[in-house]
Amino acid sequence: MTALDTAVDMRTALGAVQIPSPVLTASGCSAFGRELEPFVDLAAIGAVVTKSVQLRPRSGRPTPRMAETPSGMLNSIGLQGPGIDGLLAEDLPWLAERGARAFVSIAGTRVENFAELAARLRGVPGVLGLEVNISCPNVESRGEVFACDPVAASDVIAAVRQAADPAHPVYAKLSPDVTDIVSVARAVTDAGADGLSMINTLLGLVIDPDTMRPVLGGVTGGLSGPAIRPVALRCVWQVHQALPEVPILGMGGIRSGLDALQFVLAGASAVSVGTAVFNDPSAVARVHEELAAALAQRGFASLCEAVGYAHR
Amino acid sequence: MSAPITVPAPRAAHPPVQRVVAVRGRRSVNAYVELSLAAPEIAERAQPGQFVAFAVGGTLSAALLRRSIAIAGAGDGVVTVVVAPHGPGSTWLAGLREGDTVDVVGPLGRPFPLPEPGTPSLLVGGGYGAAALVGLAERLRASGSAVTAIAGAASADRLCSVEELRAVADDVVVTTDDGSAGRRGWVSEPAADRIGAAGVVYACGPMGMLRAIGELATARGIPSYVAVEESMACGIGVCMTCVLPIVGEDGRTRFSRSCTEGPVFGGDRVRFADVGTLPWDVVGADAMGVVAP
Repeated sequence: MTALDTAVDMRTALGAVQIPSPVLTASGCSAFGRELEPFVDLAAIGAVVTKSVQLRPRSGRPTPRMAETPSGMLNSIGLQGPGIDGLLAEDLPWLAERGARAFVSIAGTRVENFAELAARLRGVPGVLGLEVNISCPNVESRGEVFACDPVAASDVIAAVRQAADPAHPVYAKLSPDVTDIVSVARAVTDAGADGLSMINTLLGLVIDPDTMRPVLGGVTGGLSGPAIRPVALRCVWQVHQALPEVPILGMGGIRSGLDALQFVLAGASAVSVGTAVFNDPSAVARVHEELAAALAQRGFASLCEAVGYAHR
Repeated sequence: MSAPITVPAPRAAHPPVQRVVAVRGRRSVNAYVELSLAAPEIAERAQPGQFVAFAVGGTLSAALLRRSIAIAGAGDGVVTVVVAPHGPGSTWLAGLREGDTVDVVGPLGRPFPLPEPGTPSLLVGGGYGAAALVGLAERLRASGSAVTAIAGAASADRLCSVEELRAVADDVVVTTDDGSAGRRGWVSEPAADRIGAAGVVYACGPMGMLRAIGELATARGIPSYVAVEESMACGIGVCMTCVLPIVGEDGRTRFSRSCTEGPVFGGDRVRFADVGTLPWDVVGADAMGVVAP
């Protein structure tokens, strides 16, 4: 750490909840945080955004589940996870014991699933809030991607907001695979979302030229990594411009402090580092330091001053 | 399937570290490149069977995923790996020169469990997989085990670590598919001849070979441990891409990560025939809509 970056006030908030750092893990890219313990101080980062949890344990999809692409990767995990019982029994207590904040990503196939998950997480120690994954592309049918339809998306968010702990901010995770992301953002905000997580992966495909068949067992997969960063940044920009009062957790290809700075300038008040963790397990802590230094170099006394600066 | 005779490999004693390290030495070995890395913190923690994960292409690289490679040797502050160049990432690694630096995470994964001292052991390596068995052979010999090693490959230029194994094992057999070195044929033939004398079997190599050796051992009631070479995006357990159907201690099958729950699995715990599929009895398959027939 340089003397420069300690001068910047890096505190921010998710909804009404204060966090010491604006840099978080990204859902699906750091499991439940435990594996990062050798590489980052989990209590010092903004929060651990968990892999999406559902009501029941899920095996996920058969392999192959991954294909490397230029500056990114395609994944087709299919939301493998322990289910809410496993999360409550093991992963969340583990994080709470270490003073780490958990921003729990929840997923389901029906509105009631989301509401039940939100209710199960009420008052759980260490849980900071909820990220509602209404945009995972690796589900059985595109009709289940709630975030592709403003009405379906707001039904989920309204149910979650009603069932959730009032102290838990509820963030809706949006898909970039829509014609007008602002209309979805507006719909979920009207339905009670306290903030927006943007963006989930883009639906993609890779074909193996040798086998002449799709590489992934699930055929299509979610594209992530720096390749999608301009798309993510554009989404954050558009939504912040239309809804400047709505907090945004920005994500999509952030690898460095300067990448994170772009999201902050576009309107994000916090960021998630996802695929970059596969490349650099200490990326979340590194991006925090680099962002602090970048803000200091540009004369910002606090992160909050820089949020949305590019619009002004 | 009868009850497994192996117990799952326990976790390593020490957590991994991430370091930017210098290449201390490089030499071509047949079709491969052996890199020696000045990585004392990894070397002192490493156990046979574990691996390291490299970032490739430098800081401007568009190839983000780590390349996981078995540790071939660790000692005196140096970690050795054998790189098989086949894609752009491994080709970049193989092109590193003495003095170059590379970002590496390790040691990762679960080591080979060691048997009771003195247990006669059969080690089988396929291609560059043989490199992962050298450190194990040393440990086994040091604890009084008689070690028989079989190294096989498609052709002579694909053999690996044969001299290193000869230096430590009591008996080394070489096979090649084309007969260009050693016996013509697969490792499974000499393995079948020698397995009767073994109290434990270890293998590292391609999936088909691991399956053959694992099944051979299990059929004889001999415990076997195989180190898999699944492709991994991260190597540390967060990406969930490297899963295999593995029978757990409770007898139930789960999609288990090759990086953190492997790469060493009981040879009778890997459901080789089901790799790449989602069997109905995998924990959580019901939530994916896969039901019992």
